[in-house]
Amino acid sequence: MANTEERCKCGCTPPSDDDCHARLAQVIKEYQGKPGALIPVLQIAQTLFGYLPPDVLRTISEQLNEPYSRVYGVVTFYSFFSQVPRGKYLIRVCLGTACYVRGGKAVLSALEQELEITVGQTTEDRTFTLDVGRCFGACGLAPAMMINDDVHQFVKPEQIKDILAQYR
Amino acid sequence: MKRNPKVIATVADLTARRDFVNAETKEKIFMCAGGGCIASGAMKVKMALLAELKKHNLDNTVMIVETGCMGPCSGGPILLMGRDNVYYQHVAEADAPEIVARHVVQHEIIERLTWKEGLEKKSIPVQTDISFFKKQTKIVLRNCGVIDPNSIDAYISRDGYQALAKMLTSLTPDRVIEEVRKSGLRGRGGAGFPTHLKWAAARQSPGDVKYVLCNADEGDPGAFMDRSVLEGDPHSVIEGMLIGGFAIGSSQGYVYVRAEYPLAVERLQRAIEMARNEGLLGRNILGSGYAFDLEIRMGSGAFVCGEETALMASIEGRRGEPRPRPPFPAQKGLWKKPTVLNNVETFANVPYIIIHGGDTFAAQGTEKSKGTKIFAMAGSVNISGLVEVPVGTPLNELVYDIAGGLKDGKQFKAAQIGGPSGGCIPAEYLKVPLDYESLNALGAIMGSGGLIVMDEDACMVDVARFFVEFVQEESCGKCVPCREGTRRMLEILTRICNGQGELADIERLTTLGNEIKRTSLCGLGQTAANPVLSTLRHFIDEYKSHIIDKKCVAGKCSKLVTYDIDPEACVGCTACARHCPVACISGVPKGTHAINQKACILCGTCYDVCKFKAVRRNGKAKPPALKANAGHPQKQAPQS
Repeated sequence: MANTEERCKCGCTPPSDDDCHARLAQVIKEYQGKPGALIPVLQIAQTLFGYLPPDVLRTISEQLNEPYSRVYGVVTFYSFFSQVPRGKYLIRVCLGTACYVRGGKAVLSALEQELEITVGQTTEDRTFTLDVGRCFGACGLAPAMMINDDVHQFVKPEQIKDILAQYR
Repeated sequence: MKRNPKVIATVADLTARRDFVNAETKEKIFMCAGGGCIASGAMKVKMALLAELKKHNLDNTVMIVETGCMGPCSGGPILLMGRDNVYYQHVAEADAPEIVARHVVQHEIIERLTWKEGLEKKSIPVQTDISFFKKQTKIVLRNCGVIDPNSIDAYISRDGYQALAKMLTSLTPDRVIEEVRKSGLRGRGGAGFPTHLKWAAARQSPGDVKYVLCNADEGDPGAFMDRSVLEGDPHSVIEGMLIGGFAIGSSQGYVYVRAEYPLAVERLQRAIEMARNEGLLGRNILGSGYAFDLEIRMGSGAFVCGEETALMASIEGRRGEPRPRPPFPAQKGLWKKPTVLNNVETFANVPYIIIHGGDTFAAQGTEKSKGTKIFAMAGSVNISGLVEVPVGTPLNELVYDIAGGLKDGKQFKAAQIGGPSGGCIPAEYLKVPLDYESLNALGAIMGSGGLIVMDEDACMVDVARFFVEFVQEESCGKCVPCREGTRRMLEILTRICNGQGELADIERLTTLGNEIKRTSLCGLGQTAANPVLSTLRHFIDEYKSHIIDKKCVAGKCSKLVTYDIDPEACVGCTACARHCPVACISGVPKGTHAINQKACILCGTCYDVCKFKAVRRNGKAKPPALKANAGHPQKQAPQS
């Protein structure tokens, strides 16, 4: 899957906006004419830019020959697509059934207090975005939360400060 | 000298490769590299073990095999010592020197790390003696936790792709469908529709282009078997799809995986590439002329895409909205072509059925539900993880014999099965056989097999509210009963949880629930009311105590719960104040503590950590734990 390869895992300097646009053009070229290309292209674009700004959506719409309304419809339908910039770390607290019955809600309240933001918001310094998840399949480790790709397991509200400190 | 063919162009090549791989004689240490164990720190353990093996000059004779999920996720990281089948759990980096020096070199068992069973915590070192494993029957999970999912040779060594070979050399498409019919295999994604009927319908549909789709959009919270199969044995799904493609006359398949499973996507992608490089996907497979290839499509976080017509819309690049059926996918599916869509677990059963025959498969299970089913056990059980048992195994066997009973000696209250489409089974039905029909009769469904065990601390009204909130957020909004109906239900349930419910609400919920069920467009809406209707049926008293007494006995509904500290019982140990995540408890050491009610987030941490039963919930002290359950008290894994 191209969009898992795109992700930078080493924490190096992020590519410039121009690099991203050049890469996007290349991706669109690969997918042009293929049926069902819109969603994979949007997924790659989001990994490149971190979110989906209007100019990127417009480029995709024009190049793939899809009406802007359709592109917008797809972007707003799927919860993984974001039209606003997000923090460096995306915290997703699992509120799947197992995590919910084992205290996921209390973990979320503690995070909201600590970060002073609510679900869907980003901290002012753009470090953390808080979101909820619907089951990562880590039910045996409930309650769980993910910070970017790291899974934290058996989380207790009182550990939140220490966990966040690892990312600050 | 065994022959090792470069690519697998014929059936003889496949067999030669299998024999070549099986001639390997290195000693193996199997390490679970399932998602759960990786989160528990398995990779650090691996590095430490490798360094130790090197120190002892054993790195050329002992190898570490990273496997898929072994099952008991809460015990991770897990090792299985290949030589004597000794099973170690909660292994830490620091244990590596001892494991190599004592187990690998001296052949001694390290009791500290072995499995413990029963109240007396008896040590059971050998995996096959452990109740959790002994009582399972593994068909789908036959390779999970046994082989390296990143190695096609490992799959081939366990008779992988032999079903494909058998089919291409001796079976016709009709015979394949006949074998699946004999097996009695039913869809494992939830609805339980007979697989052979889907296949036969797609085969009979006219058209040159047909598609095989694998639904790996495992969205039900609490279900993680599809994830584990993709992460632990991806080739079994590829082989199952190859067989499905041959049966219906298709040459292209898609696997639709949810975006929440990056590891599954990575391993499946690698498996597809390996199969392609070996010639097991692509043109002229095993020299038979059969052509089939696969592509992965990733979801983008929409639960409704697990519904078949919505899933196809999503692959086509549109909003994942379902459409009415007929036409069924077997007639007009993806891009209006005949399409077969099955779940991951269903496909993973298929190679077994082709190799061993439908009759062997049908020997497991009940009269109407054949084979095995994987359940994802989670919640308040001692051992959470994946278990595979014959369909029809009673619930109590799963909860007590396999999963070791409830944590902290608490009492079983209910099992939620089938996720947001399912229902809750109360304690009086603990003996219910887990098959499609028996569960339907209780208002639950088999669903994808998520099984969350709840103890007395779970509030059933809150659980119902949780599920309705889930479906309400995930409702695509296309049809009114689901979009508006679930919203009204959520409002009523929220009201009840906030202590503002009235008795007429029970009637309203029932009528509304049945109406949503009857009139919604797709499976999501048609089953959305099940969690509410089943809790109304089995736990009506709990609804009434919320409505009439304004009390939540389980202490989950925050408007109906208060925490305070009994000054008589408080000894000033400071535990509550130290653990409070929002620092709202004041008091000096050895002095009485008090909770600032305004700042309290009602998380209940103080209630749990107080050893003196001084913290009260709704004015009541914590009841003493029951010691009645025979179980395996699990130590908690260290925080990663």
